[in-house]
Amino acid sequence: MQRKTTDEMTLKEKELSSVVIKFVGDSGDGMQVSGNLFTSTSALAGNDIATFPDFPAEIRAPIGTVAGVSGFQIRFGSEEIYSPGDSCDVLIAMNAAALKSNLDTLKTNGIIIANTLGFDSKNLRLAGYSSDADPLGEVQAKGYKLVNVDLSKVAKETLADKGISTKEMERGKNMVALGLVCWMYQRPLDKVFALTEMRFGKKGDWAEWNKALIQAGWNFGETLELFNERYVVKPAPLQSGTYRGIAGNEALALGLIAAGHKSGLKLFLGAYPITPASDVLHELAKYKKLGVDSFMAEDEIAAICAAIGASYGGNLGVTVSSGPGIALKTEAMGLAISLEIPLVICNVQRGGPSTGLPTKTEQADLFQAMFGRNGEAPMIVIAPGSPRECFEMAFEAAKLSLEHVTPVMLLSDGYIANGAEPWKFPRMEELPKINPNLAKSVSGYKPYERDENFVRQWAVPGMSGMQHRIGGLEKENITGNVSYDPDNHQLMVDLRRKKVEKIVDFIPELKIVNGDEKGKLLVLGWGSTLGAITTAITDAHKAGIQVSQAHLRYLNPFPRNLEMVLNSFENILVPELNSGQLAFILKSNFNANIIQLNKVKGKPFLAREILEKITEINHGS
Amino acid sequence: MEVDSVLTQTTQPKVYTSKDFESDQDVRWCPGCGDYAVLNAVKKVLPQTGKRKEDIVFISGIGCSSRFPYYVDTYGMHSIHGRAFAIATGLKITRPELDVWIITGDGDSMSIGGNHLIHLCRRNPNVNVLLFNNEIYGLTKGQHSPTSEKGLLTKSSPLGVIDNPFNPPALTLGAGASFVARTIDRFSAHLHDTILEASKFNGTSFVEIYQNCNIFNDGVFESFTDKEAKDDNIIILEQGKQLIFGKEKDKAIVLKGHSPEIVSLSEVNETNEWLHDPQDFVKATLLAQFTYMQGFPRPFGVFYSKQRPTYDELFESKGWDADESEIDKVIAGKFTWKVD
Ligand code: SF4
Repeated sequence: MQRKTTDEMTLKEKELSSVVIKFVGDSGDGMQVSGNLFTSTSALAGNDIATFPDFPAEIRAPIGTVAGVSGFQIRFGSEEIYSPGDSCDVLIAMNAAALKSNLDTLKTNGIIIANTLGFDSKNLRLAGYSSDADPLGEVQAKGYKLVNVDLSKVAKETLADKGISTKEMERGKNMVALGLVCWMYQRPLDKVFALTEMRFGKKGDWAEWNKALIQAGWNFGETLELFNERYVVKPAPLQSGTYRGIAGNEALALGLIAAGHKSGLKLFLGAYPITPASDVLHELAKYKKLGVDSFMAEDEIAAICAAIGASYGGNLGVTVSSGPGIALKTEAMGLAISLEIPLVICNVQRGGPSTGLPTKTEQADLFQAMFGRNGEAPMIVIAPGSPRECFEMAFEAAKLSLEHVTPVMLLSDGYIANGAEPWKFPRMEELPKINPNLAKSVSGYKPYERDENFVRQWAVPGMSGMQHRIGGLEKENITGNVSYDPDNHQLMVDLRRKKVEKIVDFIPELKIVNGDEKGKLLVLGWGSTLGAITTAITDAHKAGIQVSQAHLRYLNPFPRNLEMVLNSFENILVPELNSGQLAFILKSNFNANIIQLNKVKGKPFLAREILEKITEINHGS
Repeated sequence: MEVDSVLTQTTQPKVYTSKDFESDQDVRWCPGCGDYAVLNAVKKVLPQTGKRKEDIVFISGIGCSSRFPYYVDTYGMHSIHGRAFAIATGLKITRPELDVWIITGDGDSMSIGGNHLIHLCRRNPNVNVLLFNNEIYGLTKGQHSPTSEKGLLTKSSPLGVIDNPFNPPALTLGAGASFVARTIDRFSAHLHDTILEASKFNGTSFVEIYQNCNIFNDGVFESFTDKEAKDDNIIILEQGKQLIFGKEKDKAIVLKGHSPEIVSLSEVNETNEWLHDPQDFVKATLLAQFTYMQGFPRPFGVFYSKQRPTYDELFESKGWDADESEIDKVIAGKFTWKVD
């Protein structure tokens, strides 16, 4: 290849408001590492960001195959970013399988940076191409811009004198790719280096070597005429303050820690490993020294039961799982509802039914959360809309549970669990105090006597003079003694329902966050669709379409003003990653014109899909 | 912390009698049920534990015996089928100062709760398990249970049970239990003493109690209690003593190589003598095997008792050991940046 110096080149510089790039390669290619470093660098450059990792379903699928492809998508911009983006501007593909499985996510005219060695005949075969296929030629013919770079070779040249094996040298190709992309988007090199040192500081020489590899990638961009443009993405107008990056599962764990500490009660997690919820267990397990108790049980049932035992003992009992695990916990949830004790149950939803799609996202456990128990068993159900909201809503779940002495279900999902965004995190002093409704007086304690909010006083073992026996059999009102009396059962069912309904006085009203307070169309979402909906609404407004947005974070009970909000719009569009579960509940409770937008492909909504539906409704009316 | 501030109002240890542990609830077992004897024994043991009653918790699953917590004036939870072990584990490891008892039956512990039982045994929290074994499902009116003997005719096995029964002491020893004993409702002193010993043991103590269900499986343990027959059919285990049984106290069990063998007392010598040692795991497992060995007497007493670190000690639940500034650091994480 012929080299030229920078000043001979005629590089154009182009300013972009938002860019989506995706690193894709084999699961051993270090795509998550490159992606994370690029993300942190972009954060330091002042951009708003959203990221989403794309893990292979198999732990160690054969190298080079489509099943083993791992990806990391990042969207960064000088404007507000609400989701990791529908499609990519740049695809950095380490091998043929990675390109094959991700080409459909690339924009027309998008750029492919292809690692030459990953497209040799062996890799083509592993990716399932026929022997005469020429995927790189094809993508060029289709109008994509192809940049073919021998990343492995650059890595080998860079690490040639380090005394490591060729195989090890080649592992550096992800860092070369990172350097090249940093050059393209003019990321601050000193910051990339500082972050690399932070990340690899402990791993011997690799901090230095990785810096050299990044520099090599950067130089490669600078000295070769691979590109005729370079891009500028200016800082976004973010609120001033201190930020960190946060993924939903981590935020969830931190929210529980904050709530536990604010309540003064021990935080106890009972859990059993399950994708995509295990990270919450891993996260909480790290903080034993601070006083967090985490317990890995023998199964899902034991996990919730241990949490019930801990709650019964006056602690904040929590269990975390995903759909199939939640199914196993069903009976124990009923017990907690019947006992009326605090308990936080987090469901990081995934594709179902049964084992379903463990690594893929879905919102199809709403019915399970609302109705999935025997008997009349109402439970508070809340749902965060984004990774950082997992913190707030986990805190809220614990607060409601402890103050109202009743179980709370939190619905997250795989998309926000693994997705990450910048977070202007709160300080503990800014968070409200949590006041568990522990029993205070000893004289004449009655376990099921209630206050004006139908909340009972929570007496726990060790409290003198308040010994009592409770269980899953129906209890007599006030005394808690076993009762089979028909009128008493009616009364207790009503009281447990009223207690949950009464929560409406303690939760915020539903706000219109975008658009007018009334009009033709409201897009009403819940949970992880928030980002895609917000992007779609912003785009619709740019296109001059009048549409408003509201997002439900409280699903049982609904905010008090939901009916009023629904009545303020001619049509309500409800996008959900299920077959219409919220829509079903809304239709059966309110007289509103509900239009469904449903998708169950294990993938989040594209903003475009929602925008198309908005446009269609707009045209139709 | 809130719980602590309320808990400090509690009184100092009191001297109780068994009457102090009577709750205000009517006991609802069938007249003549073996459960009554166990309830009485427990009520006699509780004053001897030195625990305040507000610090005692009974947790049960589902079944006739699982009504037990309603009948003692302590804290109690009548939970769901098979799960008392897991609930008790969560309670004990977060509140290790409490005295936690688990009440279970053969269906509750050996069938639906089997998984939780074995994991309780391997973890070894300091709790007491009383297994009321009546070899039948009583509450659901007479189906065969996982400890029912083969061939038993019940509503659910009209042609006779074909499942091999579980052997609870062998099962729990195999799962790593550190205290395993067997007693029977009809020997009130033995019942009392065994439960007392279990209550004193630091670790999971598992007591299998043969309990007669006079409605659905009456007389199933009669050969161990019948005046005429029992001496030939049972052996009472006593630490440091030989395994002697028989009406005339003339038979002994010795070890021949690895195998237990019944001999006449006169045949016992220095080389084959078997002195009961509850610290000896291998011998405990052999004793547990007597349960279904043809011609062998059924052992009662403490099979095995050997302390090891308890799960509640190892778990070390200590509550928040951090002020808000430390939580702030955790929330901030390792990498932050400022936006002006
Ligand atoms: S059915 Fe049997 S075990 Fe149950 S209470 Fe009656 S006698 Fe006791």
